[in-house]
Amino acid sequence: MMVLMPAYAAVLFSFASGLLALMTHRRPLLESLCLRYAARFPGRQPGRIPLVGLLEESRYPIRLRQAVFVLLGISGLLAVLAGSAALVSQSAVTDQIGLGLPWLPWHVRFDGLSGFFFLIVGIAVSAVSLYGPGYVQTYQEEKHPFAVLGLFTGLFVAGMLLVLLADDAFFFMIAWELMSVASYFLVAFQHENPANRRAAFLYLLMAEVGALAIILGFGVLAGFSDGLTFDALRQANLSTGWASIAFVLALLGFGMKAGIVPIHVWLPEAHPVAPSHISALMSGVMLKVAVYGLIRFCFDLLADAQWQWGVVLLVLGTISALGGILYAMMQPNLKRLLAYSSVENIGIIFMVLGLAMIFLANGFPQLAALGLLAALLHAFNHALFKNLLFLGAGILQHQVHSLDIDSMGGLIKRMPQTSFLFLIGCMSISSLPLFNGFVSEWLAFQTALQVDVLDNGVLRSLIPVSAAALALTAALAAACFVKVFGLIFLGLPRSRHSEKAQEAENKGMLLALKLLAGLCFFFGIFPTLIIGALNTVAKQLIGQVLPNATLLSWMWLAPVSVQKASYSPVLVLIGVLIATGFTFWYLRRNPDTKSMRRSGAWDCGFGGLNARMQYSSSAFTMPFRRIFAKVWLIDEQIDKDMQGAQDMDVAAIHYRLQVQDHSWPKLYQPIAHGINAAARLVGRIQTGNIRVYLGYSFVTLIVMLWVVSL
Amino acid sequence: MNIEQQDFYTQAILSMAALVGLTSFLMLGQGRLLRLIFVFALQGLLLTLTTALAAYSLDSPHLYISAMLTLILKVIFIPWMLRRQVLLMNMHRDVEALKNNTAVMLGGAGLMVFSYYVLHPIVQTSSAIMLNALAFSLSVVLLGMLLMISHRQAVAHVVGFMAIENGLFFAAIVATKGMPMVVELGVAFDVLVAAVLFGIFFFHIRTSIDSLDVDRLNRLHEVDQ
Amino acid sequence: MNWLLAVIQTLLFVALAPLLSGWLKWCKCHLQNRKAPSLLQPYRDLLKLIRKQPVVAEHASWIFTRSPYIIFSAMVLAASVVPLIAVDLPTAASADVIVLVGFFAFARFFLALAGLDIGTAFGGMGASREMTISSLAEPAMLMAVFTLTMTASTTNLSLAIAHVLNEGLVLRPSFIFAMFALVLVAIAETGRVPVDNPTTHLELTMIHEAMILEYSGRHLALIEWASQLKLMLYGVLIANIFLPWGIARDFSLHALGYGLLAISGKLAVLAVCLAISETLVAKMRLFRVQEYLSFAYLLGLLGMLSHIILEASR
Repeated sequence: MMVLMPAYAAVLFSFASGLLALMTHRRPLLESLCLRYAARFPGRQPGRIPLVGLLEESRYPIRLRQAVFVLLGISGLLAVLAGSAALVSQSAVTDQIGLGLPWLPWHVRFDGLSGFFFLIVGIAVSAVSLYGPGYVQTYQEEKHPFAVLGLFTGLFVAGMLLVLLADDAFFFMIAWELMSVASYFLVAFQHENPANRRAAFLYLLMAEVGALAIILGFGVLAGFSDGLTFDALRQANLSTGWASIAFVLALLGFGMKAGIVPIHVWLPEAHPVAPSHISALMSGVMLKVAVYGLIRFCFDLLADAQWQWGVVLLVLGTISALGGILYAMMQPNLKRLLAYSSVENIGIIFMVLGLAMIFLANGFPQLAALGLLAALLHAFNHALFKNLLFLGAGILQHQVHSLDIDSMGGLIKRMPQTSFLFLIGCMSISSLPLFNGFVSEWLAFQTALQVDVLDNGVLRSLIPVSAAALALTAALAAACFVKVFGLIFLGLPRSRHSEKAQEAENKGMLLALKLLAGLCFFFGIFPTLIIGALNTVAKQLIGQVLPNATLLSWMWLAPVSVQKASYSPVLVLIGVLIATGFTFWYLRRNPDTKSMRRSGAWDCGFGGLNARMQYSSSAFTMPFRRIFAKVWLIDEQIDKDMQGAQDMDVAAIHYRLQVQDHSWPKLYQPIAHGINAAARLVGRIQTGNIRVYLGYSFVTLIVMLWVVSL
Repeated sequence: MNIEQQDFYTQAILSMAALVGLTSFLMLGQGRLLRLIFVFALQGLLLTLTTALAAYSLDSPHLYISAMLTLILKVIFIPWMLRRQVLLMNMHRDVEALKNNTAVMLGGAGLMVFSYYVLHPIVQTSSAIMLNALAFSLSVVLLGMLLMISHRQAVAHVVGFMAIENGLFFAAIVATKGMPMVVELGVAFDVLVAAVLFGIFFFHIRTSIDSLDVDRLNRLHEVDQ
Repeated sequence: MNWLLAVIQTLLFVALAPLLSGWLKWCKCHLQNRKAPSLLQPYRDLLKLIRKQPVVAEHASWIFTRSPYIIFSAMVLAASVVPLIAVDLPTAASADVIVLVGFFAFARFFLALAGLDIGTAFGGMGASREMTISSLAEPAMLMAVFTLTMTASTTNLSLAIAHVLNEGLVLRPSFIFAMFALVLVAIAETGRVPVDNPTTHLELTMIHEAMILEYSGRHLALIEWASQLKLMLYGVLIANIFLPWGIARDFSLHALGYGLLAISGKLAVLAVCLAISETLVAKMRLFRVQEYLSFAYLLGLLGMLSHIILEASR
C-alpha cells in the first residue's frame, strides 16, 4: 500500500500542474485568494508579504511557468520513486478507487511492469520539466497561450500514468483516451498553419481508430469472461481462434499508437509539429505506454501465447525496423528523421517481443524472460536517448530558427555543450559500445542466438534472418546518425542563422540534456542495475527469471551463462581510457611537435573552400537511395539552365528531390477512396425530396406493423 | 545428427555438396558468358571429385569410369565447345545486365530452403545425410531452372540445362551410389547430342535475328506477317 | 598471469601489424615486377609521421583532433579480444564477438565524423561511401560469425576457437560458406581491391583515403596504424577461426612459440593470396559493391542455414 502513495501523488501533482497552468491570466483571482487566506490568519502578517511578492505583476508569468514545471517535475520524481519502490518490493499491489461507474469502480494494480514504465515516464517527465521553462518562454502569449500548453501537458502526463495503473478495461480506456485527446491538443498547439492542423487531425483519427480496436479486443476477452476487470479477463477461456482475433485487434490498436509500419503514418506528421518537449514525451514515453499495453494484453491477459503470434510480431517488427530507418535516412527535417527513427526502435522492441513469445510458446520460459528483458531494456534506453535527441533538436530550433539539416552546420564551435550532449545521444542510438543502446542490442542478439533450442524448422530459418536484419538496421542507424551529427554540427555553417547561433543560455535546458546523457552513459557502463530490476518484472509476468540471475554482479553481464556470453562494460571503459591515455601522453612528449599548427584546409590543393561545397543530406544518402531504391517513392529532378552560344554553358542547376512513403498511395489512399465511395453510396438516401422522406417513414411504419403482427 | 559425429566420408560428401551449391549460386550471378562457362566447368570438376571419392570409399570401380566420363564430357569437352561457339560468334564482349540480381540470389536461397522442406517427409526413413545431399541436388536442379529463367542469352540457357543434369547426376551418386552404366552412358550421350544441336541452332538463330537474346525470339513471327 | 599474457599479446598484435603491411606490399611489388621497399618500411613511415608536427585546418573541431586517438584505441581493444597466439584469454570474457563488431563500428563512426569535420566535399564523399559499404558488410559479417557462434554455442571468441580446435579436423559446409563470406567482407571492410584501392591518388575513387585526406603528423600515423591493425585483425580472425591448428592452448613457452610461428605462417600465406587477388582483379565501380556484398551476405546466410539444417538438424 505504501507503494501506491507516491504513484497516486504523482498523478495528482501532474493534474495540479495542469490546473495551475489555467491560472495564467487569473492573477487577480490568485491575489484575492491569497489576501483572503492571509486575512483569515491575521497573526501571519509577515508571511503574507513574500507570497504577494511572488505574485507581482511583472514576474508573474515567469513565476507561474516555473511553478507549473516544478509541479510537473515533482510528479516525475514521485513517479520515479514509485516505480523504483515497485521494482524493489517485488510484489503487486491492488486497490480500488470509488470513481467510475456505480457497479464498476476503478481498479488499480501496481506491479513490476507498471513500476518499470512508471520509472520511464518519471525520468522523462523530470527531464522535460527541467527543460520546459526555458523552452516555452519563446512562445508568444497571444498566438500560443501557455495556459493551453500547461493544462494539456499536465493532463497528458496524468493520462499516461493512469494507463499504467489501470486494472480494468473501463479505467484503462478512459485513461487511454485522456492521453490521446490531451496529446491531440498539444500537437495542434501551433494551429495557425494548415499543415499542422492536418497533421493533428491525422493523429487524432489514427488514435481513435486504434482505441476502437483496443476496445474491441477487450470486448472479445470480456465476452468470454464475467466482468471487465483484468483479473476477470485473465480467467477468460478462449478458443485459439478467438484468442487470435483478440491478439490481432490488440496488435492493431496498440501498434497504431506505437507506430508499426504500415500504420505508422501519423508519427512523422505529428512529431515535427508539436513543441519539442512534447515531441520528446510523445516519442520517448507515449510509444512506450503503447508497448506496455501490448505486453499487458499479450503476456498477461491472454492465457497461452501461440508461436504464430510471435512470428507475426517478429515479421512486423523487422519490417518496421528496416522501413523506419530507411525512411529516416531520407528526411532533411530533423524532427521527422527522429520520428522515423522512433518507428525503427519500436520495430526492434516488437521483434524482440516476438522472439520472447516464440520461446514462451515453445516451452522455454527462461529464454522468454531473456527476450522480454531485452525488449523492456530497449524501451528504457530508447526513452532516454530519444528524449535527449528531441530536446536537443528543440535547442537547435531555437538557435537556428529552422529544423532543416541542410541549413545548419559548424555548430560545434558555437554550441559546444549542446553538441557534446547531442553526440552522446547519437552514439547511444547507433548502438556503440560503452553506451546504453549497445547493451539492449547485445541482449537482443543473445536472444536471437538461442535459436538452436527450438525444434520447428521454419523458426530456425526465420530467426537468424531477422537477426541479420537487426544487424542491418543497426548499421543503417549508425550511418543515419553520422549524417545527422556531421551535417548539423561539423563543417562550415550553411546559413546565416547557423553562423550567428549561440549556446543555449537557459541552464535548465542544458541541465535536462546533461541528466539524460549522464543516464545514457551510466546505464551503458552499469547495465546490471536496471537488468536486476527487470528480473522482477519477468518473474511477475512469466514466472521465470534469467538463467544466470544469481551471478549478476555490477561488473559483468552474463545473462545466460558465463560460458555462453559475457560482456563487461567497465573493463572495456578501463581499456579505452588506458589505451587512449597512454597514446595521448606518449605521442605528445616532444614539446616541439606537441602543439598543432593551424592553417587553411588542404582540400587536395583545390582551394576556395566554401560552405556550399560540403555534402548535403540528400548527397550523403545518395548511395543508399541507389541501393534500396524500391523502398521509397522517389521523385528526383535535375534541371539545367543553359546559356551562351548554342545553349552549351550551364548557368544554373536546379535539383529537386522528393521522397515519399509507400504506405500513402498503396494503403491509405485506397482506404480513403473506398470510404468516400461508400459514404457517397450511403449518401444517396438523402435525396432532398420531402416526399421521399415521407415515403421512408411510411415504409418503416408498414414494416413495423407487419413485424408486430407476426 | 551432428556433423562432428559422422565419419570423414560423410563430411566430405556434405562439403562437396555445399561447394556444388556454391557454384550454382556463382552461376546465377554471372553476366559474362566466358566466366559462366568456367564456373560450369568448375562444377563438373567438383562432380568428378565427388564421384572419385565415392568410388574410393565404396570400392566400386565402375564409378571411376563414371568419373572419367564426367571429366571428359563436362569439364573438358562441353565447356570447350561452348567457349568456341561464344568466341566464334563474338559474344564474349556482351555483358548481360542482370536487373534483379539481389532478388534472384535471395530467391535462390529460398529455393534451397524450399527443397529441404519438400524432401523432408520423403526421406524420413533413410539416413540424415541422404536428406541433406539430396536436398542440395534438388536445389541445384531448381537453381539451374532459375538460371534459365533469369538470363536472356541463349548460351546461358544451355548452361542452365546442363546444370540441371549435373544436379540429377549428383543425386544419383549420393543416393544410389551411381546409376547403372547403361543409363549413365545414355544420359551422357543425350547431353552431348543436345549440346551439338544447340550449337547448330544457335548459329542459325544468330544469322536470322542477329542476336542470341531469347527475348527477341518472339519477333520471329513478324516474318509471316 | 593470464592478464599479463593478454596485454603482451595485444602489444605484439599492435607491433606486428605494420610488418604484415610491409610483407603485403613486398609481395605485390614482386608480382608487379617492381623493386619492393624493405619489410620494415612501414615502421619507418610511422616514426617519420610521429616526429612531425601536425597541421590542422583552422575551423577543425575537437572531433577532428581527438578522433585518431579514439580510433586507434578502439582497434587496440579489438586486438585484445581476438586470440593471436594463445586461446585462453581473460580479455575475451569481457568483450565477445558482438562487442568486437561494435568496436569496429565505434572506430568507423569517428572516422566518418572526422571526414565530415573539415567541410570538404572529399571528406563527405568518403564518409558517405564508407558508411554505405559498412552498413551492407555488417550483416554479412554477423551472419558468418553467427555460424561460428552457433556451432560452438558461445559468443566468447576464445571459447569458440577452443571448441573448434578440440573437435579436430571436421569438414563443415557451414564453415566453408562462412569462410568465403568472411573473406569477402574482410576485403570490403579493410578497403582492398576490388572494393577500394588503398594506393590510389585519384580522389574520386577513394573511400577510406578520402576521409583522412586532411590528416598529417602523429594523427595520420595513428590512423594508418589503426588501418594496418584492422587488416591484421581480419586476417587473424579468418586464420584462427577456420584454420585454428597451431594456436597455443596453454601458456608454456614451447606452445606460445609454436603458436607465434603458426600464426605468422598463416598470415603470410593469407597475405600472398591477397596480393595475388589484388593484382589479378580490377577494382569494381562503387555501385557494384552492393552486389558483391549481397553475395557475401548470401554466403553467410547459406552458411548459417546449412548449419541449422545440415549439422544440427532434428
